[in-house]
Amino acid sequence: MKRRSFLSMFAGLCSLPSLSRAQSQVSDPAIVAVTKGARLVRERVKLEMPVIAENGNAVPLKVSVTSPMSATDYVKAIHLVSDRNPVRNMASFNLGPYSGRAELSTRVRLAGSQNVTAIAEMSDGSFWMDRTHVQVTLSACLDES
Amino acid sequence: MKALILIALVFCAVPAAAQRRVISPSDVKSGFEFLGPDLKKLQQDDFANPGTLWVDRGEKLWRAAAGGDGKSCADCHGDARTSMKGVAVRYPKIDERTGKLMSLEARILQSRVERQKAPPLARESEDLLALSAYITSLSRGLPMEANIDGPARRNFELGEAFFFRRRGQLNLACMHCHDANWGRTLFEERISQGHPNAWPAYRLDWQAMGSLERRLRACLSGVRAEILPYGSPEYTDLALYLSWRARGLPIESPGVRR
Amino acid sequence: MSARIQLPAEARRGEIIEVRVLIQHPMETGYRFNDSGTPIPRNVIHTILCAYNGTEVLRAETSSGIAANPYLQFFMVAESSGELLLTWIDDEGVRGTERQSLIVRE
Repeated sequence: MKRRSFLSMFAGLCSLPSLSRAQSQVSDPAIVAVTKGARLVRERVKLEMPVIAENGNAVPLKVSVTSPMSATDYVKAIHLVSDRNPVRNMASFNLGPYSGRAELSTRVRLAGSQNVTAIAEMSDGSFWMDRTHVQVTLSACLDES
Repeated sequence: MKALILIALVFCAVPAAAQRRVISPSDVKSGFEFLGPDLKKLQQDDFANPGTLWVDRGEKLWRAAAGGDGKSCADCHGDARTSMKGVAVRYPKIDERTGKLMSLEARILQSRVERQKAPPLARESEDLLALSAYITSLSRGLPMEANIDGPARRNFELGEAFFFRRRGQLNLACMHCHDANWGRTLFEERISQGHPNAWPAYRLDWQAMGSLERRLRACLSGVRAEILPYGSPEYTDLALYLSWRARGLPIESPGVRR
Repeated sequence: MSARIQLPAEARRGEIIEVRVLIQHPMETGYRFNDSGTPIPRNVIHTILCAYNGTEVLRAETSSGIAANPYLQFFMVAESSGELLLTWIDDEGVRGTERQSLIVRE
C-alpha cells in the first residue's frame, strides 16, 4: 500500500471517535436549536458551576468567553442548555461590543444531576462551547411546611 | 432501705441525663458554618442575598400608613434603625400585658391590630415576613439573649421538653440530629446545630423568605410528625428554648439557608 | 415586585464596568402543586432588558431554568453619564422597571 493512502486511512480511523462525539452534539435538538447545525468547538468558553449544588433551586453559574469584543469581532450571544431540565434551552443572553467583556453570572435551576452547556455565538457566525457536570441531590428531609 | 431507694433513683436519673448530649458553649456554631462557600458568600452579599428584598419591603412598610388612623409604625416608633436595634435578640419574650410568651411575628401582628387598627396580616404572608425580616435585620451582629427567668421559665421548660421528646414516624427528637449528630452528613447535607439566629431566612428549598416557625414545621414534616398549625404555643416555647441554647450567637438575618 | 440595580457610583469614559441586577419574582415553573394538589400556573420572566441612555446593553431571554428572584451580573462599557433602565416582562404580561444613574468622567 502506498504510504500516502496508508496515512490517510490511519488518519480516518483516528478521527472516527471524535466524529461520533461531534455527531451527538449535532443531533441534540436543544443544541441544534441554537447552532442550526453549525460546527461547535469546545474552546474559548469557560463555564463555571459548583461540582455539587447545595440546592437544585438556585445553582450559581458563571460563563466567560475569550473575545476582543471589538466592533468587528465580538460575542453576539451566550446560550445555556440543560441536559435534563424539562425546558432544555434555559436562557439566551445578547451581548455586543457595548459589553466590553463577554462574561456573565446568574443562578439557574437544575432538575437533577446533569451536564450544563454554554454556547457562545460569535459575530462571524461561529459557535464555541464549554460543558460542566453538576451533581444535584434531593434535600435530606421531606418538607411539607 | 431509704439509701437503696436513693441509689436506685440516682441510677435511673443518670442514663436519662447521659442521653442529653448538650452542645458545650465553646462548640456552639451558627448554621452559617455548615453552608458551602457559595451560600456563605451569598448571605454576606447584601445586594445578591434574596432575603434583603424582603428587608427592603419591610422598610417601606414601616413607613407606610396603615389602618383606621392612617398611622405607620414610624409614627409611634420613629426611625427603626434606632428604636428597633437590639429588639429581636430578646424574642420570644413575655408580653407584659397578657403574660403570654410572644414571638416577634405575634408582636408585630398585635401592634398592627391593636395600635394601628389595621386588618391582621396572615401568618407567613409577604408583608408579615417583610416586617419581621426588617426588624430582625436591624439587630444583625448582636448576640441572642432571650430571658428565661420569671414567667418565661415555664415556657422555657416546655420548649426544652419538646426539644428532647421523640415524635413522628421516624420517632426522632430534635436532639438526635442537632445535639447528637451535628456536623455529620445526611445525604449531601451537613446537619447544623439547629440555631435560630439567622431567621427569618431565605430558604433555597422554598425559593422564598420564611419564618422560624415555618422552618420548625419543616422539621416536623421531616420526621413525619403532625405539623402543628401556625401560631401554636409549642413553636414559641421551642423558639425560646432554641434562643437560650443559641445565646451569644449573633443575629444574621436575613440568612440564606438550603 | 421590586428590583434593584448595582452600578459603580462613577466611572471613567471607556471603562468596562460591572452591572448587577436582582429582580423579585417567583419564576413559577408550572411544575409545582399547592396544598390541595392543584398545579400552580406557570409564570416566569421571559425577557430582561437593560438599556443605557436608550441603547440596549443586555437582552436576556429567560425561562423556568433561571432561579427564582433572578440575579444577573454582566458588563458594559461606560461611554457617557446617564441612566440604566432595567425592564422585565413575565408570562402574565406584567412589566416591571427600575432605574439607576451613572456618572461618567473623562
